[in-house]
Amino acid sequence: MRNLFQGRGKFRPKSHGDDRDENAIPEDLWVKCAKCGELLYSKELTNNHEVCPKCSYHFRLSARQRIELLSDAGSFVEWNDDLRPTDPLEFVDLQGAYPAKILSAEKKSGENEALITGQASIGLRPFVLVVAEFNYLGGSMGSVWGEKLVRAVEQAIELGLPVLTVNASGGARMHEGVFSLMQMGKTVAAFKRLGRARLPHFSLLVDPCYGGVTASYATIADVILAEPGALIGFAGQRVIEQVTKQKLPEGFQTAEFFFEHGMLDVIVERGNLASTVQSLIDHYQRLRGIEPAIDDLAASNGQLPEEDAIAVVTDKEPAR
Amino acid sequence: MSETTIVEELVPLTAFERVRLARDPARPGTLDYIAGLITNFVELHGDRVFGDDQALLGGIGTFRGRTVLILGHQGGTNTRENIARNFGMPRPEGYRKARRLMQHASKFGMPIITFIDTSGADPGIGSEERGQGTAIAESLLEMIGVEVPVVTTVIGEGGSGGALAISLGDRILMLENAVYAVASPEACAAILWKDSSRAADAAATMRITAADLERFRMIDELIPEPVPAHKAAAETIQRVGDRIAAHLDDLTASFTPGDPASINRLLDSRHDKFRKIGAWI
Repeated sequence: MRNLFQGRGKFRPKSHGDDRDENAIPEDLWVKCAKCGELLYSKELTNNHEVCPKCSYHFRLSARQRIELLSDAGSFVEWNDDLRPTDPLEFVDLQGAYPAKILSAEKKSGENEALITGQASIGLRPFVLVVAEFNYLGGSMGSVWGEKLVRAVEQAIELGLPVLTVNASGGARMHEGVFSLMQMGKTVAAFKRLGRARLPHFSLLVDPCYGGVTASYATIADVILAEPGALIGFAGQRVIEQVTKQKLPEGFQTAEFFFEHGMLDVIVERGNLASTVQSLIDHYQRLRGIEPAIDDLAASNGQLPEEDAIAVVTDKEPAR
Repeated sequence: MSETTIVEELVPLTAFERVRLARDPARPGTLDYIAGLITNFVELHGDRVFGDDQALLGGIGTFRGRTVLILGHQGGTNTRENIARNFGMPRPEGYRKARRLMQHASKFGMPIITFIDTSGADPGIGSEERGQGTAIAESLLEMIGVEVPVVTTVIGEGGSGGALAISLGDRILMLENAVYAVASPEACAAILWKDSSRAADAAATMRITAADLERFRMIDELIPEPVPAHKAAAETIQRVGDRIAAHLDDLTASFTPGDPASINRLLDSRHDKFRKIGAWI
C-alpha cells in the first residue's frame, strides 16, 4: 500500500507532462503502471481515460483532464480564474516565503490556484463544475479555494443548476493558517444555502482526498461518489501510524474501505463517470420540472439512456 | 489582581509560550466552566449510533437564568482521565453527539454555549473507519443552520477541524492565552519542515494567538487574562461567564425562538460572518 501510494505521482501521462519521473525510461511512448508494473503504450492509456487496461489502476488526472472527461468538448466556461492567493500571515518557511511558493506552484501546475470553477454541460445538460488541482500545493484548501467555491455555489443558486465537485486535496493550506481552517465553515455555509434552494451537490472523491476537504463540504454532498482505489481520509496515514503505533490494515482508507464503512454512495469506474453524472443531473432536474432531451443524451453518449445507469456503474451489488 | 499582573504584562509572551499556557493541565477546562457557571447541569450522553465520547461532552443547565445547551472539549488532568477522555481528542461519536444535541437545542429553542479546548480530532484507525471527516462535516453543517443563538469561547487550544466542528458561533470569544490554529505547531512543523521539533518557529509564523485572530477579525472579543487562567481560575471563569452573558443578551434581545423571521435573520448573519473570511488578490 505504501509503495503504491508513493509510486502514484511518478508515472503521470505525458500529455500533461510537468515534471515526469526521469526513470520512466521509454518517455512519451510508454508508461509503467504504478500498481501492476505493466508497461503501457501511452496513447492506449490516454484512450482508456488514463486507466490501466490490465489492472484497472486509475492514474491521477490533472484538473484540465478531469474537465475534459466530465464535460462536452468546449463547453466549460471558467469563472474567477483571476483570483490568486495572497500572504495574510506573512508566512515564513525555511524554503522561502509563501509568495515564492505560490509562484512555483503556478509554474508546476499551470494554474492560478488549486481549485478551478465554472459552468459546463454534459450531454448538453448545464451544470456547475468545480475541480481540484492536486499539483498546485498538494491541492491544499486556502482562501482562494474557499472564495471560488462559494462564488460558484452562489452562481449555481442564481442559475438553478446542480453542482459537481471533484475533490482531491492534501488538506488545509498551512501557509494561510486559520484563514484556511475557516474555509471549512465558509464552504459548508454556502452548500447549506444550495440545499435550501433544493439544488443537488454531487461530490466525487478522487485520489487523494484528505483533511479539511474531507471534513467539510466534500462529505456533506447529496450524492457522494469515488473512483476505485482513491485514498480518502481525515488524518494522513503517516500521522495515524505515528500516533497509534499500529500497523495500518490492508486497503486502509481506500475508496473501497470508505464504501464498506458506509461513507459513500457509489464507486464509479472512470469510464462510467460521465454517464453517471449525466443520469444524476437528469434525476434531480426532473424533480424541478426540467426534463432531459433524450435525443441529446443518445447522441452525446453514443448509447441509449438507461434508467438504472447508476446501479450499473458499481461493481458491488446494486442497492435497490 | 496580584503583583504578577504587572510583571507579566511587561514581558510579551511568544506564540509558543502561549501554546504551553493553553495546554497547561491546570488550566480550567470545560468541566471547570460548567462547575463555575452552570447550575443544575444534566450531562446528556451518547450519539445514539455507536457510543459515548468523553472528549466532547454536552448537556443542559441553567446559565444566569436561562436554560442552555453546553458543548465542550474535555481532556484529563492525569493519565487515567486522559485515557478515558482520549486526551481531549474527540472521535466521530463526539461530533455525532454534538450534532444530535444541536438539533435538540434547535427543537426547544435553547441557546448554545460551546467551549473549545482540543489539540484536534482523534487520528486513529477506528475514527477513520467510523468516518471522522464525515462526522466533523455533518457537525459543521448542523451548526451553520442551528436555529438558536450560539456563543463559542476558545478557552485553551483550538486545534484544527476538531475544534472548528463546534465553533461556528454567532459570537466567537477567545481568552488571551488561548490559541486557535489550522494544525498544531508540531504538525505544521512536521508537514512543512519534516521536523516537529521546530514547533516554536511554526507557532510564531502561523499567527495563532488571540491577538492575531482579533487582528484578522476572526474573533469578536479577546478576553484578557491579566493572570494566566491556571493561576486565577475562579476569576477567569467568572470573567468569561460575564462576557458570554453579555453576548447572549445581545443576541437574544432581537431573537424569538421559533419565529421564522427571527431565525432567518440569525442564520443570515451567521452565514455572512463566515462568508466574508478570506484573503486574496
